[in-house]
Amino acid sequence: MTAVELSQVKKSFGAVDVIKGVDLNIEEGEFVVFVGPSGCGKSTLLRLIAGLEDITSGTMKIGGEVVNEVPPSKRGIAMVFQSYALYPHMSVYNNMAFGMKLARASKDEIDKRVKAAAEILQLTPYLNRLPRALSGGQRQRVAIGRAICRNPEVFLFDEPLSNLDAALRVATRIEIAKLHESMPSTTMIYVTHDQVEAMTLADRIVVLNAGRIEQVGSPMELYLHPDNLFVARFIGSPAMNTVPCTIDSGGASPRVSPVGHAPVAVEVDIPEGDKGKKGTFGVRPEDLVLATDGGEIFTGTVVIVEKLGEVTLIYVDCGAEEPVLAKLDGIVSIRKGDTVKLAAPAHTLHVFDAEGRAYRRRGD
Amino acid sequence: MAAVGSRKSGGWLTHVMVLLIIVIWTVPTFGLFVSSIRDKDQLSVSGWWTALTTNESNATGRAAPPSEQEEVDGKFVISGNLFEEGQRGSVVSFGTRVQQPNEFEAGQTADLGDGVTLTVAADGDYQLVSDTAFEGSRGQRIFYRAALPPRFTLENYREVLSSAGIGQSFINSLTVTIPATIIPILIAAYAAYALAWMKFPGRALLLSIVVGLLVVPLQMSLIPLLKLYNGFGEIFGVPAKTYLGIWIAHTGFGLPLAIYLLRNYISGLPREIMESARVDGATDFDIFVKIVLPLSLPALASFSIFQFLWVWNDLLVAIVFLGAQNDQLVLTARLVNLLGSRGSNWEILTASAFITILVPLVVFLSLQRFLIRGLLAGSVKG
Repeated sequence: MTAVELSQVKKSFGAVDVIKGVDLNIEEGEFVVFVGPSGCGKSTLLRLIAGLEDITSGTMKIGGEVVNEVPPSKRGIAMVFQSYALYPHMSVYNNMAFGMKLARASKDEIDKRVKAAAEILQLTPYLNRLPRALSGGQRQRVAIGRAICRNPEVFLFDEPLSNLDAALRVATRIEIAKLHESMPSTTMIYVTHDQVEAMTLADRIVVLNAGRIEQVGSPMELYLHPDNLFVARFIGSPAMNTVPCTIDSGGASPRVSPVGHAPVAVEVDIPEGDKGKKGTFGVRPEDLVLATDGGEIFTGTVVIVEKLGEVTLIYVDCGAEEPVLAKLDGIVSIRKGDTVKLAAPAHTLHVFDAEGRAYRRRGD
Repeated sequence: MAAVGSRKSGGWLTHVMVLLIIVIWTVPTFGLFVSSIRDKDQLSVSGWWTALTTNESNATGRAAPPSEQEEVDGKFVISGNLFEEGQRGSVVSFGTRVQQPNEFEAGQTADLGDGVTLTVAADGDYQLVSDTAFEGSRGQRIFYRAALPPRFTLENYREVLSSAGIGQSFINSLTVTIPATIIPILIAAYAAYALAWMKFPGRALLLSIVVGLLVVPLQMSLIPLLKLYNGFGEIFGVPAKTYLGIWIAHTGFGLPLAIYLLRNYISGLPREIMESARVDGATDFDIFVKIVLPLSLPALASFSIFQFLWVWNDLLVAIVFLGAQNDQLVLTARLVNLLGSRGSNWEILTASAFITILVPLVVFLSLQRFLIRGLLAGSVKG
């Protein structure tokens, strides 16, 4: 069943179009993550679903009903805000009970649900405290508890972890994943700019850019088969190396020539007719290895070496504007100024056409 | 280190300034208070800072009239005490001429001629002795220098509250001030919430009108307002000068500032809290009552103090909108009257003034506990 359905949803603030026509179906029980760079409209899209902003045009359905004009409280949603947005003058208990009290639920019902939510989130000892007496992680758990108490069909998270410190972020991320598992019929929509959160939590990721959807797919799909240059560069960290190239041949044995480098055989479906056209050649830093016996793609001088222990990042100046970045396993004895040759298996290479659309990779 | 040093010296300067302000504020107030509980005779001859020391002052007494003379051992004697009942003190010296109150030491016997002698003891007992009978209807005048120990009394307050009419005016002032503080706050809080968080056409215009009204001088609108009120009063058969009138007037004069102040505070509350409440199903009214009002206590309290003080100390609006009868005269107006009619009775003026500042003091001290920082702590990450 479709939980949330957006068709041609647009949003303008005055003359500025923030969401430029979004079509998206979210299935019941799905965990969908919106990612994108700052200002891409991902938070706005979430607020449109929540009903905190009115959509300018298009239709939005939640649970099969059009909710364009329905106020937030009647949409069957609950929202967790980046800044927690707790009621500072109310105890944890009352924060969680606020919505139910407004809905005139019975005292027993309120008590039962608040206690249950507190149990899940290990907040039981803090029910009588004010938010100011809680730590950041506890506050965010209260905010999540408040959302659980509403017993929503759709959970909305607006960057819920970005105010937490690194360790707490990991712990809370795992808690959210557990929460999703424990509520299999609840749809969750999660906005973040953090790739790791997106990759680890999502059933499907929606990559947004400048008010449009770039690609929707499972995390691995986005990683292995990005539809376009934007997604290819956005998903994966560090970002994919991209070099302009010329397509030498298509068909059965496709080859491209990255500008300033020797031709490379690739394993992507390039139509015969695209021979001679300009395009972009891409390779992920983690796919690059040091070439020992020829077959190198890039040759250049190392300008920066970053040793992280488990991996070593080297920035290689190959004559292009941006250095090529390679992520090598373990500790590698390469120093600044060394000349290195980098190779990558043919099946890991990406090629994009002049408009930035990806040619489909074979395999996987 | 430099930063720490400058912060330290800054703190030191702040402390000195605060201390200075406290002294500047407290000393006159304390002086007023001390003056108001001093004996009126002492008050008229020495400053309040001498209140704890014994005062020497010249005084004039009069011996009992000759009709009270007694004949003792062939001599005629008039005796009594110079001090009034209840008055403690001692006579240092005395004399019979106004220029020379120090002519004789206390306890000495003064020869007044014609066989008349006068003895004044330190405790004020005097004895006028003569060989022949005293004549005339008035007693002998005695000029003396008295040392009066400090004396504190609540008499001044008793007099002020009962006979000077301050008590009634006190009640009148409260009758004006309390509604004139509460009504504008009630209206302004609603308006401020709407202007801060509700979307409706003309909101910006409305707000700019409110800001514009801030600068309208009260004196300019006073008389037109009175005429307007009286005109309406005639239609409904309401007398011209009523408490209702002054409540409305003060509400009107207070509203622009109240709305402006409260709107600024309320619009500074975190947006997410309101949105969160909306998702929780709260209507605008719910949000206002259950979230905005409790979180706006500091702003409400500071405006309450502000409005209360302004209305309490107001004279102009009161004399225009209220009558001069006893049941409508407010404290400030009464003080003005007293200044005219009893301007030399310091004990009356100081006691009245102190009663007048007592209420603002109580209001401030009781409301200042709402002026707390960190009310929003824990709600949103800053």
